[in-house]
Amino acid sequence: MSLTVSLTKAYPGFELSVDFSTESRRLGIFGRSGSGKSTLVGMLAGLVEPGEGFIELDGETLFDSRRRFSLPPEKRRIALVFQEGHLFPHLSVEKNLLYGYRRTPRALRRVDPAELIGVLGLDDLLERRVGTLSGGERQRVALGRSVLASPRLLLMDEPLSALDDGLKYQIIPYLREVFDRFAIPFLFISHAMNEMRLLTEEVIVLHRGQVSGQTDPERLARERMGWARAGYINLLRLADPLEEEGLFAYPFGTGRLVMWAGGPGESVFELSSTDIMLFRGHPEAVSARNLLPGRVVSVFDLENRVGVELDCGGETLIATVVRPAAAELDLRPGSEVWAVIKASAFRRLY
Amino acid sequence: MMMTLTPQDIDAIWLSARVAVTATLFALPFGFAVAYLLVYSRLPGKLFFDGLVNLPLVLPPVVVGYLLLLALGEQGWLGSLLKPLGIRIIFTWKAAVLASMVVGFPLMVRAIRLGMEEIDGRLIQASRTLGAHWYDTLFTVILPLSGRGILAGATLMFARSLGEFGATIIVAGNIPGVTQTIPLAIYDYTNTPGGDRLALGLCLVSILLALAVLMGNEGLLRRFGSRRRP
Repeated sequence: MSLTVSLTKAYPGFELSVDFSTESRRLGIFGRSGSGKSTLVGMLAGLVEPGEGFIELDGETLFDSRRRFSLPPEKRRIALVFQEGHLFPHLSVEKNLLYGYRRTPRALRRVDPAELIGVLGLDDLLERRVGTLSGGERQRVALGRSVLASPRLLLMDEPLSALDDGLKYQIIPYLREVFDRFAIPFLFISHAMNEMRLLTEEVIVLHRGQVSGQTDPERLARERMGWARAGYINLLRLADPLEEEGLFAYPFGTGRLVMWAGGPGESVFELSSTDIMLFRGHPEAVSARNLLPGRVVSVFDLENRVGVELDCGGETLIATVVRPAAAELDLRPGSEVWAVIKASAFRRLY
Repeated sequence: MMMTLTPQDIDAIWLSARVAVTATLFALPFGFAVAYLLVYSRLPGKLFFDGLVNLPLVLPPVVVGYLLLLALGEQGWLGSLLKPLGIRIIFTWKAAVLASMVVGFPLMVRAIRLGMEEIDGRLIQASRTLGAHWYDTLFTVILPLSGRGILAGATLMFARSLGEFGATIIVAGNIPGVTQTIPLAIYDYTNTPGGDRLALGLCLVSILLALAVLMGNEGLLRRFGSRRRP
């Protein structure tokens, strides 16, 4: 996919002026509320008339103010998933799912409804009225409805933010599976860093109506860790644990990680950088279950703290410590340290 | 007091029902189209159009009737157009239908419009991004979701038609068995010595009809509501 956007739109007291170009099939738009994310989405979908500029998708012009050209939304083949789903209340789940599919010319259909319904786990819901669905089910149907239109680009405007944390992370694997299997390029809008890191490969940062950065989600997370209270969130994709005395031991690099939560197959865990303690020598008699030898790869300043990138048997962990602690331990690239993590510090996302 | 209905009363009741049903059914598509234009179009002069549609609501029905009479009369612009086709409207039951339609139209449009304005704009946007043209969206999203408004509009129109008097008497006259609806028959009785009892009988019928319409409407609305919101 290639997308080039150069747009301006003026509102009283707010001006949006966005310029970017990307080849990424998993694009994130990151920014706080009021940064212009939703306006941008509306303009891409053809629902909001831009002031000046142009939009080009895969070599086709969708909008060009100089030529006074604007492709109507139904011709753009850009589908949209809203924050609240916005399913058609007068149609059943099945009819909602097939609304766009039926309006897509046969030659352009790339998604098989039965297969998608299976992937999204919607088989048992097809006859249901939309009003009886839970929040998570609703978003899965909304996603399915958009994907079945075989769009050239799928826009998702904070599709997870109306869901609570537990549900949110239950849906992410569905999203990943759908995008992997049906190869649909998407643009994912959110103000949540974890969602960006779990779903996108490139992020455009919007700030007060302007593009303030175009980067990859990992780099963005590291840049932002300084002023996040929780520090940096290590996202660990781990698989195939051994169960020992009610705990789960996951292979990690050349060593392993022991934690409370776990389950069969692959899971994703979050671990805050502030939950990792660093020791210069091997600590004796500690209650924490994880003692990992590691080598410092880099040390970087964050406000009043120091970020420490560790290589633990081939895997990367990032810890944050306060500045005096870093000085006392004499942390510098190449230092050998022990990372100590409690089994309870890991939070399983899905 | 015994309620008595003369054969002439029965005629008036049937005629009233026929006029109200016909007027409502004929006005519905127009009412829906006008409400759609007022809610969703970006016409210039929408305000003026809105005013025009609502005019019969504030004008005395007699004025509406007189204007209709002028237009539909043999010398009127519409009447002279229809005459070669052999169609005569004034002083027939069709004139009563037309009078009811014009007088009830603003009420109908208002109710449908309120229903349409309640539709979440994002549903319309969603349907467009899923490949629906505006007319596709109109019939598959806006029309079904306007159900409550349409029902309310039809009820108002029907009820207003049952009570229509001023415009009808001018453009359709008061001909027993031909254009004499319930209100016109009551008016006749009140002008006849000893007609009070007969007038009361028809009044009672009026009340019963109005009650039936209101209750039927409420029941249908409730059914609509439960279907939409569990």
